[in-house]
Amino acid sequence: MSSLRAVTLATLVKDIRLEWRSKDALNSMLFFSLLVVVIFVFSFDPLAEESRHIVGGLVWIAFLFAAVVALNQTWARELRNQVLDAYRVSPAPANALFLAKSVGNFIFVSVLEALMVPLFVIFYNLKVLGPAWQLIPIALLGTWALVVNGTFFAAMSLRTRNREIMLPLLLFPISIPAVIGMVAGTTAILTGEDSAHFYIVLLLTYDVVFTTASLGLFETVLHAE
Amino acid sequence: MKRLFPILSVLTAAFLAYALYQALVIAPTDALQGDVYRIIYYHVPSAWTAFLLFLINFVCSIIYLIRRNQKADILALVSAEVGVVFCTIVLVTGPIWARPVWGIWWAPGDIRLTSTLVLWLIYMSYLVLRRFSTSAQTQMLAAALAVFGALDVPLVYFSIWFFRTQHPQPVIGGGGSMAPAMLHTLLINWLAFLCFAFLVCWSRYRLEVLQREIDEAHAMESLSGDRDSNKASMPLTRSGK
Repeated sequence: MSSLRAVTLATLVKDIRLEWRSKDALNSMLFFSLLVVVIFVFSFDPLAEESRHIVGGLVWIAFLFAAVVALNQTWARELRNQVLDAYRVSPAPANALFLAKSVGNFIFVSVLEALMVPLFVIFYNLKVLGPAWQLIPIALLGTWALVVNGTFFAAMSLRTRNREIMLPLLLFPISIPAVIGMVAGTTAILTGEDSAHFYIVLLLTYDVVFTTASLGLFETVLHAE
Repeated sequence: MKRLFPILSVLTAAFLAYALYQALVIAPTDALQGDVYRIIYYHVPSAWTAFLLFLINFVCSIIYLIRRNQKADILALVSAEVGVVFCTIVLVTGPIWARPVWGIWWAPGDIRLTSTLVLWLIYMSYLVLRRFSTSAQTQMLAAALAVFGALDVPLVYFSIWFFRTQHPQPVIGGGGSMAPAMLHTLLINWLAFLCFAFLVCWSRYRLEVLQREIDEAHAMESLSGDRDSNKASMPLTRSGK
């Protein structure tokens, strides 16, 4: 157990340090989602009332696409210099690598969200009518739902031809319940019309189910030869 | 084995023709929908067949993950392929039926429509993965994806179920039970579709087995070809034999 924690921490710290120095993933995600926001602003020119109904969808579409940009780079970094092969033959637990990568991606995407949300508020004149604090569990659970499956499928698509396009093809269909939870939950809170409790429970269930499944199957996928 | 296949094909064709006759001629006309409703005899049996095949895919994927059994993997591949075909039939016949009955092609929040569509998407991504993956690890990755897909199905169902209860929807199916004569025809059609699906799966299974044997033979040949290439540098001694 302690080796799991030690390897997870070491890998996580290494990833964060690399990201801090290069800022590759974060910059490309930020610029990408900024473009999405701007294109949406041009496409729809909503009143404040209307925007409450559509922003939940727009925000999460922007984050979903941006997350794919970061997720694609997760494992590509380890392919250089055969780091992944070295990891495969080392006795370190496979799940430590997976956890470190997931948590790393979670942090990167959360930072992106924290930076992008003010932009959405400005561009769409948002004012939350429901209980605003509930947006925080939805954001945290929703982000984890995206990155845990995304990290898993990114590892899976490493073994395929045109892996960059493979990741969204695998990730999006499986993520549909999570996306429904995030979008409908956010809309419910923004408009204040419904309760968002069900969506929080849905996202929590989704997270628990797929975190367990990923941890159970990651070793098989990493060692699949 | 080889003789059984054409016999079964003829029998299935006859059965399908009988089911078609039942559906178009014998079954009573619906009081509300008129003859339009007869598409139910293609729509619903296709859906049941598709769901059954996806279930087979899930079970075979689990077996493959545990036992690494090649037959289970081929069966998983075959059931997914044929299941996607039947699911496509469901998704095409659904709007054709919905247009005259509900007045719209597609009801976005409807639970059965949307979850079937998501199921189709998941299995399409499964087939894409199998196509794009490099040969050696494909089976393992596909089996893992099938497990993820199966876990996703109840979540999809519940999320849409709740989503729907918040949004007004067109009334579906009209509720109530089915007339016994209609149910009878429906079950006959399902049986005929099952026979057809079994036949297609069987021939696809044999095809896949042959394909893998050929691939293996090619691999062996190229391996032994490498070994022979040393000797082949002296072609004269060879032709002299």
